[in-house]
Amino acid sequence: MYRNIIKVNKYVNPQNISIPVGLNISRYKSTEEKLKTQVKDFPGRPLYLDAQATTPLDPRVLDVMLPFLTSYYGNPHSRTHAYGWETEKAVEKAREQVAHIINADPKEIIFTSGATESNNIATKGVARFYASKKKHIITTQTEHKCVLDSCRALEAEGFRVTYLPVRQNGIISMEDLEKAMTPDTSLVSIMSVNNEIGVKQPISEIGKLCKQKKIFFHTDSAQAVGKIPLDVQAMNIDLMSISGHKIYGPKGIGALYVRRRPRVRLEALQSGGGQERGLRSGTVPAPLAVGFGEACEISEKEMKYDYKWIEQLSDRLLKKIYGSLSHVIRNGDPEQSYHGCINLSFAYVEGESLLMALKDIALSSGSACTSASLEPSYVLRAIGADEDLAHSSIRFGIGRFTTIEEIDYTAEKCIQHVTRLREMSPLWEMVQEGIDLKSIQWSQH
Amino acid sequence: MANQQVIVLYKALIREAKKLPAYNFRNYALRRIRDSFKENRIIKEPAQVAAAIQEGKKSLELIKRQVIIGQIYDTEKLVIEYQK
Repeated sequence: MYRNIIKVNKYVNPQNISIPVGLNISRYKSTEEKLKTQVKDFPGRPLYLDAQATTPLDPRVLDVMLPFLTSYYGNPHSRTHAYGWETEKAVEKAREQVAHIINADPKEIIFTSGATESNNIATKGVARFYASKKKHIITTQTEHKCVLDSCRALEAEGFRVTYLPVRQNGIISMEDLEKAMTPDTSLVSIMSVNNEIGVKQPISEIGKLCKQKKIFFHTDSAQAVGKIPLDVQAMNIDLMSISGHKIYGPKGIGALYVRRRPRVRLEALQSGGGQERGLRSGTVPAPLAVGFGEACEISEKEMKYDYKWIEQLSDRLLKKIYGSLSHVIRNGDPEQSYHGCINLSFAYVEGESLLMALKDIALSSGSACTSASLEPSYVLRAIGADEDLAHSSIRFGIGRFTTIEEIDYTAEKCIQHVTRLREMSPLWEMVQEGIDLKSIQWSQH
Repeated sequence: MANQQVIVLYKALIREAKKLPAYNFRNYALRRIRDSFKENRIIKEPAQVAAAIQEGKKSLELIKRQVIIGQIYDTEKLVIEYQK
């Protein structure tokens, strides 16, 4: 049945499809007009350098999704007719593709709505299932909000949670972790790559330690899958959260890896038809699952190629910025981090004013979830960054589709505006004169 | 003979990729096509060459479809494209 699906494209010659004149105009009128009413100080759309928030859908992914958004609309759980069978087959193929990228068995993959849901199921599910025996969980202070909030919810239910501090480079210390482990600990949840500062935690070592102590190990790999090699067997990972839209797949789908041998048991959060081994009831969105699977396969195939490209661009950006600006601090360990995520603090410049000046580049000062608030990021506070530096941080997210020209443009604009803003700053003037700002006694009125 | 076929395929791919309306996708496609052909230069075994050609043909069809979709849902150009 799946073969038929692939064949469908052969009968259509794209050259024979003619686009009716005006189709694109009428459809886009409303949104484009809305955009035009806003006052713009530059022509065109801004560049996209926020790959940690989300990534564009790869055209190759869209290409495999389209048939399932149009012709093959069956419910993958329908066992009584061909419409169900064909989508089921495609969903199972996607499951294999997702499993393959992390060296898991397809049966261990559960489709969810995204990494947030996966993290919720993993932390709450494991903690609640083993609640009668163990009531302690370990996580870190720099985790994503969804893990931290799940832990808060568990605390309200009577669990004890240890929030491990991180060192100045953003990486946890293995001694701290070992000290925090007790016979009462059921789960350790530590992310693979941080979403704000891009540091890589020592996943293999944590996995080894957890296995030795017979504690389940969950890792949030939303920012890591497809970018760095991951192997759930070699790294002793028991549960792993994956997101579709961070690897050029569709939004609204993710996966949770749940180890079968030795078995990790979970309490489901959602009641319903018992799909996905009863752990996540609800119809699997077949088009999204197919796209997610394809995105995983492409990422796996292109991992080395993309890695090299992103490393090159990130080095180029850093070299340009470091070459022209002083007092630039990179947040997070420069070695143990993923190149595609660069978090820089420009001292004596306020991050928000820099973001406003750089309107022609889509950047963020941190996680998209917290970008609405003006508070400095809790991740930066956890690594011990001064309040003023935490306020002046900018995250550059480089991805598969970023070009050299975009990097050059970004570096140039960044240098130009940081210099301009610093020239206006009295603090900068004092630093230039050699006054140590920390020694100043600010009088209060 | 295979050589001729490869050149024709390469030219067709580049020509088609240049039509992609989105700046980032277009640049990625061009870069990926050029690098793939460079990487595959070492392939000499006929069966492998045939497989690579087949893959290239599939990619060509894919790009053709995506050009159409890109044209239907085209947006304003990026700021960087206005600079040139």
